[in-house]
Amino acid sequence: MLEIRGLEAAYGDVPALSGVTLRVGAGEIVALLGPNGAGKSTLLGCVAGLVRPRAGIISWDSENLLAVSPHRIVERGLAVVPEGRRLFGSMTVEDNLDLGAFSPRARAARRESLERVFALFPDLRTRRRQIVRALSGGQQQMVAVGRALMASPRLLMLDEPSLGIAPLLVRRILDALVEINRAGVAVFLVEQNVRAALTLAHRAYILEGGRVVGEGEGPALLRDAYVRRAYLGPLAAGG
Amino acid sequence: MTVLAQQIVLGLLLGGLYGLAAAGLSLVFGVLKVLNVAHGELIMLGGYGAYWLFALLGLDPFASLLLVIPGSLLLGALLFLVLFGFVVRAPEETRIKNSLLVGFGLALALHALAVRLFTADDRSISTGYGGAVITVGPIAIPVIRLASLLVALALIAGLHLLLARWRWGKAIRATAEDWQAALLTGIDIRRAYLLAFALGTALAGAAGTLVSVGYSISPSIGLEWTLKALIVVVLAGLGSMLGTFAAGLFVGVAEALSAAAFGGPYREVIGLVIFLVVLVLRPQGMFGRAR
Repeated sequence: MLEIRGLEAAYGDVPALSGVTLRVGAGEIVALLGPNGAGKSTLLGCVAGLVRPRAGIISWDSENLLAVSPHRIVERGLAVVPEGRRLFGSMTVEDNLDLGAFSPRARAARRESLERVFALFPDLRTRRRQIVRALSGGQQQMVAVGRALMASPRLLMLDEPSLGIAPLLVRRILDALVEINRAGVAVFLVEQNVRAALTLAHRAYILEGGRVVGEGEGPALLRDAYVRRAYLGPLAAGG
Repeated sequence: MTVLAQQIVLGLLLGGLYGLAAAGLSLVFGVLKVLNVAHGELIMLGGYGAYWLFALLGLDPFASLLLVIPGSLLLGALLFLVLFGFVVRAPEETRIKNSLLVGFGLALALHALAVRLFTADDRSISTGYGGAVITVGPIAIPVIRLASLLVALALIAGLHLLLARWRWGKAIRATAEDWQAALLTGIDIRRAYLLAFALGTALAGAAGTLVSVGYSISPSIGLEWTLKALIVVVLAGLGSMLGTFAAGLFVGVAEALSAAAFGGPYREVIGLVIFLVVLVLRPQGMFGRAR
């Protein structure tokens, strides 16, 4: 489905990605791990059409995604939950979800999508008329995931969904991702929370300094000594 | 006391037009992050549109709104496509600067064009019912200005509903709040920009029509109206059209009161004083949200 080859991006003279190659297959959960500033968000930005890469290929179902206008990318079946959620804070939960189904294809399936989101996050049904700004971080993250699901995506991409959220709610969000995946949606999860991400990912890539420095099966990576030392901290390496 | 009450009423009536003028400027500024300093000239053009429809075809100015508003929508779309559409391609930080240059250029051009086509004379529409007055106790309310206020209020309410309910209205608000997030949800933000600019121009056209009937127009009224609209926008803050309208009423009354207290020449000063006070005390405006 999603294939990225030799992707290079830079902000001015500062390189952010140097030759990144990775792919996400249909129905997979793939995690992209790495420290702050590794280029994870830049990579998502490139796929979503917000950042123009210097070189490389991003293809989606064999179509060159770089030639597609950013607002039409959603219509192709890729939805992004951006870092920091980026909700429309002055609007209601319902309006935010509604805007998620803005593209013509998604609008046709609006009602079913809304029911699916409410089934996944029952809290949102009762809070549908509340202004998003007034919700807690975890609830806002649910709205953000819900808004992306409203686009009826085949690939859901999330940038740090666990950031700044109470641990209990992180679990709920991650459980929801597994459930979404069971319904046939591929998930591309960008995370700093390595342990959490690896518990659900089928495969994972490790990005450092704009390069892919490792990849493997999720559970295997979780046992990998190097990954434990580098990303899970000394305590984990010891135990 | 009666004189004061009379002044307040006249201030409210004029303030409604300030609110309408400011709503268009606020919409464009809030969504495109572009300051259109030619907004007053668009008001002036709307005024001439209504004036000539009246002078040549005998069309009632309130009825002519039905032509001026769609005409202004088209003019706005055209101005976006040939001018401001290029400004919004730039990153947000450079947009204001570029829009000032484009806006001043447009203002000068429209002013010169209006002088050429319409001469520099003051004009106003005098309808058969132009002199009618409703008296409430000792206070006299000019019927035409009262009708203008009600029309302005209706237009603002309509705009509010449009932005709250219409699919593209929500898209316009989403784009104003976070254009990148709007893109991610699949909104064609250039279309949202175009619609917002066209709507802003339509509001200017409507305001111009009401100015030409209750007051008077000439090619040089543009700057004055841009300034008034800007003061109201700063006072109200971005984001609420109803708040903008209320701020317009406030400025109208404040002007009337200061004219009554300090004399006519000071009515223009109070707006600038409000401008400064708001910038110092509450930069996000009365109804705006702190960022």
